Amino acid sequence: MQNQSFVLTVLTFFPLFGTFALLLLKGDDHVWIRRLTLVTSVIEFILSLFLLRGFDLGNGGYQFEELYRWIPSLNIHYHMGIDGISLFLILLTTFLTPLAVLCSWKSIQTHVKEFFAMLLVLETGMIGVFCSLDLFLFFLFWEVMLIPMYFLIGIWGHGRKIYAALKFILYTMLGSILMLVAILWLYHVSGTFDLPLIQARLSTGTLSLPWITQLLMFSAFLLAFAIKVPLFPLHTWLPDAHTEAPTAGSVILAGVLLKMGTYGMLRFCLPLFPEAAHRAAPVIAALAIIGIIYAALVAMIQHDLKRLVAYTSVSHLGFVVLGIFVFNPTAMEGAIYQMLNHGVSTGMLFLICGMLYDRRHTYEISEFGGLAKPMPVLCAFFLFACLSSLALPMLNGFVGEFMILIGVFDSQHFAWATWAATGAILSAVYLLWAYQRVALEKVTVEKNAGLPDASARERVILIVGSLMILFMGIFSPLFTHRMDATTTALLRQMRRTTSYEARAWQSPPAKIQVAGTRHGTAHQLAMNSVSLGRQVRR
Amino acid sequence: MFPPLQDLYRIAPEIVLSFFGMLIMLIDPFVPANRKRSMGWLGFAGTLVALASLRWAFLHRGPAYSDVLRMDTFSLFVHGIVIVVAALAILGSFDYLDRENIQRGEYYALLLFATAGMGILAGANELLTAFVGLEMSSISTYILAGFRRTALKSNESSMKYFLLGSFATAFFLYGIALTYGATRSTRFDVISRALASHSYGALLILGLGLIFVGLGFKVVAAPFQIYTPDVYEGAPTPVTAVLACGPKAAAFAVMLRIFYTAFGSASHVWFWAIWVSAVLTMCIGNFAALVQSNVKRLLAYSSIAHAGYILVAFVAASKVGVAAVLFYLAAYAAMTLGAFLIVAQVGGTGEQRLEVKDYAGLGTSQPWVAACFSLFLLSLLGLPATAGFLGKFYAFSAALNQRVVWLVVIAAVNSVIGAYYYLKIIVSMYFWEPDKDWAPAPMHASMFTALLLSAAGTVYLGILPDRVMQWAIASAQSLLH
Repeated sequence: MQNQSFVLTVLTFFPLFGTFALLLLKGDDHVWIRRLTLVTSVIEFILSLFLLRGFDLGNGGYQFEELYRWIPSLNIHYHMGIDGISLFLILLTTFLTPLAVLCSWKSIQTHVKEFFAMLLVLETGMIGVFCSLDLFLFFLFWEVMLIPMYFLIGIWGHGRKIYAALKFILYTMLGSILMLVAILWLYHVSGTFDLPLIQARLSTGTLSLPWITQLLMFSAFLLAFAIKVPLFPLHTWLPDAHTEAPTAGSVILAGVLLKMGTYGMLRFCLPLFPEAAHRAAPVIAALAIIGIIYAALVAMIQHDLKRLVAYTSVSHLGFVVLGIFVFNPTAMEGAIYQMLNHGVSTGMLFLICGMLYDRRHTYEISEFGGLAKPMPVLCAFFLFACLSSLALPMLNGFVGEFMILIGVFDSQHFAWATWAATGAILSAVYLLWAYQRVALEKVTVEKNAGLPDASARERVILIVGSLMILFMGIFSPLFTHRMDATTTALLRQMRRTTSYEARAWQSPPAKIQVAGTRHGTAHQLAMNSVSLGRQVRR
Repeated sequence: MFPPLQDLYRIAPEIVLSFFGMLIMLIDPFVPANRKRSMGWLGFAGTLVALASLRWAFLHRGPAYSDVLRMDTFSLFVHGIVIVVAALAILGSFDYLDRENIQRGEYYALLLFATAGMGILAGANELLTAFVGLEMSSISTYILAGFRRTALKSNESSMKYFLLGSFATAFFLYGIALTYGATRSTRFDVISRALASHSYGALLILGLGLIFVGLGFKVVAAPFQIYTPDVYEGAPTPVTAVLACGPKAAAFAVMLRIFYTAFGSASHVWFWAIWVSAVLTMCIGNFAALVQSNVKRLLAYSSIAHAGYILVAFVAASKVGVAAVLFYLAAYAAMTLGAFLIVAQVGGTGEQRLEVKDYAGLGTSQPWVAACFSLFLLSLLGLPATAGFLGKFYAFSAALNQRVVWLVVIAAVNSVIGAYYYLKIIVSMYFWEPDKDWAPAPMHASMFTALLLSAAGTVYLGILPDRVMQWAIASAQSLLH
C-alpha cells in the first residue's frame, strides 16, 4: 500500500508513552503526575485535531489507512483506518480524557500514579478500538480496554465497587467471547480478518454467507455490542458500574465505552450481515424503544443522582440504536451525532455529579436541595447540561434526537417514532425534576448552605464542556457533513451485499424476491428523505 | 555391539540430562550440607547443556534405534518446552528448598531424570518406548511430589499420585498389550498400516481406549483428573509447577503421535471420546475452581480446565490442530510455570500463605510480584495480547476449521466462567486491604530471573507469536509428513 500514514498509530499509542513516562515519576510526586497526564492528554487532543484537517469529506471509505503484516500464520494484519463514523468518536475520546483528568485532580488521593496510568492506558485502548480495521486487532483492543476500566472501578470507586467491577467485566466478557467465536468462524469462511477485504468480497459476491450462518454470526456480534450499549434486557451492569465508578471512570464509561457498542453495530453488524440486520431490525428496534421508555421511568424514581444519570444513558442510547436500525441515512447520521452528544452532555452531568460528591460525599438527592443559592455557577451549568441532555433546541441533544425521529418517520415507522418521542418527553421530566430537587427550593440540609461554588479548575471543565454543547448545537452541519459520505456508502454497501446474496441463494426464492424489493423501496424512500433531512438541518 | 553414532546423537538431550542427573547423585554425598545449592547449579547447567545438545540432535535428525525413537521438529518443539520448564523450575526452587530446609542434590537429579523421561515421550515412535518414557518421568515425579517429607500433605500427594499413577500406567500397558494382540506390533507405522489394510475389531478399540485412560491421567483429562487438586496442592510448589507443565506437554505429545499417526485413520472412532472428555474436562475444571479458596488448588483446577482447551484443538484432527496443541502447550507452560512460581514465592515458609485472602494488598506491598501474577492470571484467563489468548484463539480456530462448532462455543463460554476465579485473585491483590503484620519473603535473583523469563515468554507469545507458530506448524508437518 502506498502513502502509508502513521497518524493513527501515533494517536493510539501516544497515551501509552505518557504512561511509561508516568511510571518513571516518583509515586508521591502527585503534582507532576497530574500535570504530566494533563499535558499528555491535551497534546493527544491537539494531535487528534489534525485528523480533521486531513480528512477527505467526499470519501466514504477508510482514510489514514495503515497496513502491516503482523501474524502471517493466521493472516492477521495490523490494519488501521478511520471513516466518518470513527473520526468523531476518536475526537470525543480525546476531548473527554483531559476533562476526566481535570476532574480527578483533587478527588483522587490514593494510588495517584496508578490511577492516571490506568486512565491513559484506557485512552489507548479506546482509540485503538475505533481505529482497528482488522477483526483480531479490534478484538484485542476491545478486551484489553476492559482491564484498566476494571481497576478504575474496583480500586477508586465507591460503595459496592468490587461487585460493580466484577459485574462489569464478566458481563462484557461473556458478550465478547461469542463474538470471538463468530470472528473465528468468519475467518474460517473468508480466510481473513481484514474488515475492508471481507466487506469488498461480500459486496462483489465472491463471498456469501448462508442465511443461518449469517444470523448466528450477527447474533454473536450483536450480543457483544448490545451488552456494551446497553440494550434493554442486558443493561443491568450499567447502573452499578456507573454509580460505583469514580467520576473520571463514569465520564469515560458513559462518554466513550457505551459508544463502542453502537459503533460496533455500525462497523460490523450492518455491513457484514445486512440481511440478518434487516430481518432482526424490528426486534432490536422494539427493544430499543422499550429501553428508552423503561429507563426513563426508572430514572424518574431514582433517589441517587448518579444512578439517575446512569439510567438516562440507557434511555438515550436506545435512541441511537433505533436510529441505526431503521437503515435510513438521516436517522443513521442522527444516531452517530447523538452518540457524540450523549458523550458530551452525559459526561458533563457526571462531572457535575462528581463535583457535588467532592463537596458532600454523597449522591443522595434528598441530601441536596436549594443548592442554587450557595453555588449559583455550578447549578447554572448543571441546568445547562440537563437542558442539553433533554434535547432543547439550539443545544446539541436536539439535533441528534430530531434527526433520528425524522429518519424513523421517513422510514414509515410511525409507531416507533411516536413511542420514541415519548421518551424524549420523559427525559424532560426526570432531568428537570432532578434539577428542581437538587438546586431549587430552600436549602434543607444545614451543611449545604456553606458549600463553596465552582473553583477555577471546575469552571474550566464546565465552560469547556458547555461551549462544546453550544457549538455542537449550532454548527451541527460541520459534523454531519463529514459523516455523509460514510453513511451513504454504508447503506449502499448493505444494499449491494443483500442483492448479491439474494441472487446467490437459490432457495427459498419467493422470500428473497420480497426481501429484495422491500429493500429497494426502502432505499428509494431513504434517498428521498436525505434531501428532506438536509433541508431540515440547514 | 555399540549402537551407531547417529542414534546416540538423536537422543543426545536424554543422554545429557541423565548424565548430569547421575553426576549429581555421585557428587552429592561429598558436598557439605550447607553447599547443596551448588548441586542445583549443576542441574541448571545440565538443562542448558541439554538445550545446546538439542540443537546438535536436531542437526542429525531422523529415526533412532530402528525407528523406536524419532528426532524431528515435533520432538524438538516438545523437548524445548520440557527442558526450559525444568530449567526455570530449578531456578525457582533454590530459595524454596532453603526455606523448607530440604535442599538436597537428589531433588535436582530427579528433576533431570523426569525431564529425560519426558524427552523420550516426545520422541517415542513405538508404544513400549513410550511406556519406558512414561515410567521414567512418572516415578521421578512421584518422589518429587513427596519431597517435603515432614509435611503430611506432601506425603499424601506422593502416595495418591503413586497409587493412581500406577493404575494409569497399568491401564496404558494393558492397552499396549491389546493393541499388540490386534496388530502384532507396537510400532506406530505398523499399527497404522494394519488399520488401513484390514478392518479392526473390538480388541483394537479397547486397546485404544485403555491407552487413552493411561495418557488421559497424565494430561489430566476428565474423568481421570480426580487426583489433580490433591496432588498439586500437596507437592512442593516448584514441583507442582513442573507437574502442571512438563508431563502434560510430554503426554500430549505422545498422545498426538499415537492418535494422529498410529490411529490416524480411526479418527472417527476416537473423535467423540475426546469431544466428550474435552467438555467434561473444561466444565469440571472451571466449575470446581469457582469455589476454591486455596490458590494452589485453584490453579490445579485451572490446569484441568486448560487441558480441556487443549483437547478442543486435539479434536480437530488436522495439521492446524497439531500446531494449535503445540502452541497452546508452549503458551500454557510459560504462564502456568510463572503462576506457580509466584505461589511458591508468596507461600512463605511451610507454605502457610496459600489462601486467596493471603494475597490481599499484594498490589501495594509487592507491586512487581502482583503485576507479574496479574499478567499470568490474565493470560490464563485469555486476555488478548497475552500467550493464553493466542493459545485459545489458535485452538478454537483449528477446531472451527474442522467444523467442530459447538465444542468451541462450549469452550468459549467456559473461558468466561474461568474469568471469575482468576479475577478473584486479582481482586484480592489490588482491592483488598493488606495484612499489616506480615513481612513478605525476600525475592532472590534466581527466582526473579525465572519469573522474568516466564513473564517475557507470556508477553512474547502474546504479541509476536508468529515465529513459534511457524515452528509449531513445521512440527505438525513433521508429525504427519
